[in-house]
Amino acid sequence: MNDIKIKNLWKEYGDNIVLENINLDVKAGEFVTLVGASGCGKTTFLKMLLGTEQPTRGELLLNGKPIANEPGADRGIVFQKYSVFSHLNVVENVMLGEEFKESPILGRCFGKKRQAIRERAVALLEKVGLGHALTKYPSELSGGMQQRLAIAQALIKQPQILLLDEPFGALDPGIRSDMHELILDIWRETNITIFMITHDLSEGFSLGTQLLVFDKQRLDPDQPNRYGASITYDIPVGRSRKTPMTDIQDKTQQALQND
Amino acid sequence: MKRIINQRPGMVGKCILGLLPFVIIGLVYFYFSNERLAINPNDKLMPSFQSFVNTISYMAFEPNKRTGEYLLWADTAASLQRLGLGVAISALIGLVVGIMIGIIPLVRAGIAPVITIISLVPPLAILPILFIIFGLGELSKVMLIVLGITPFLIRDVQLRVMALPNEIIIKAQTLGANSWQLILRVVLPQVLPKLIDAVRLSLGSAWLFLIAAEAISSTEGLGYRIFLVRRYMSMDIILPYVVWITLLAFLMDFLLRRLSQRVFPWHSADQGEGK
Repeated sequence: MNDIKIKNLWKEYGDNIVLENINLDVKAGEFVTLVGASGCGKTTFLKMLLGTEQPTRGELLLNGKPIANEPGADRGIVFQKYSVFSHLNVVENVMLGEEFKESPILGRCFGKKRQAIRERAVALLEKVGLGHALTKYPSELSGGMQQRLAIAQALIKQPQILLLDEPFGALDPGIRSDMHELILDIWRETNITIFMITHDLSEGFSLGTQLLVFDKQRLDPDQPNRYGASITYDIPVGRSRKTPMTDIQDKTQQALQND
Repeated sequence: MKRIINQRPGMVGKCILGLLPFVIIGLVYFYFSNERLAINPNDKLMPSFQSFVNTISYMAFEPNKRTGEYLLWADTAASLQRLGLGVAISALIGLVVGIMIGIIPLVRAGIAPVITIISLVPPLAILPILFIIFGLGELSKVMLIVLGITPFLIRDVQLRVMALPNEIIIKAQTLGANSWQLILRVVLPQVLPKLIDAVRLSLGSAWLFLIAAEAISSTEGLGYRIFLVRRYMSMDIILPYVVWITLLAFLMDFLLRRLSQRVFPWHSADQGEGK
């Protein structure tokens, strides 16, 4: 399974210690939410999972092997902004990932191959609720729709891990709750591990199965950069992969069998 | 009465205000032209409207007695060919080298300093070198344009590439793109409309280098003609040629802008968001 194991992880920029002594186990299929004050290393942590930053010391293992030191197709990402390509329309944005795989030289497919990829992309887009906007450009979409597109775009690669860097931070509250439902649906259907940074603690509690709080345990007022942040709380929030509905059904069935 | 900073002209008002300076310039010119011609009918400095019409019809619509060519059109064709060739070559080099410098740090470390230095060399100062190396033919004139505007285009494309949001570069990698695919499907299309903008900006310099090269060594071309007839103080040819060059420059700029809007409709929307 695609478990993530982190041992004794440190991240420093010169004298500035950002993260210190991070130890963490994440099982495949968890929905991990990361909360903490700004500037406490959540994003740095996510970047190390993504591969754009490397740990200074310690180990970051995916399936027992060190995680790749550059971004790759096994780890999808959705940023708060600029996650989609403005020069491609909605369906082309989603097709792009598959076209990269199928056509190494041109990065562009034609004919039957293209049609097959397009069908997959359209199916994904319908799932995220963008089936009506296939030929629109991202600039014609609202913020929420752009994020839906970014999620669909990442999902077509079927990544093991999906990294979300405050994906709903810029959205209106109503749209945000729609997006919560969407991301939970996707998480339940696929066996994907999700890491999501959020500023909203209640979002962290309501979505995640494992809540990580980043904070500095020690603080030197004269030298604020002397000590880095670490994970001060690692809380199993206890949402199961099942919906409450199926959960109750299972329990009643078990009860019946026990009788 | 609104404050003057809040008063906006309507469509008609805009047109009238826009045309007004041209009308004033024209009126002022012909007033002084008349004054001078009244004193000396052979005055060459400010020809009358009639002599402009005569010269234009002579240059544009009558074959030259010696060569049989229509001079204005022959000059225009020669100049536009040089300009088009020079700008096209520069744009191609600018695009390829600019993208490579912008996106590949190893290339940037290797080439960027040289480009910076080359861009500081005044192209006109090395025009004699070009004449020596490439001869007095077409090649040296095209080369002057290329040398003159390519460094600017390279650096502009490079900056545009480096200004792309890092997010989309990372996103493309998480979609499995290798470096080549990333350049071809993400960087190139993102930068092409910006290359057109850069070419529009560089057209002014391109004309400058073209006319300079033609003035020094040529047998036809718009710049050649202007400098040729200067000996006879033929303002009746020089002024229409200047207006014609300006019109051509304006048309090119206009066409490039329309091309960008037509081919990259998403680009203007991008800019509209004020990113």
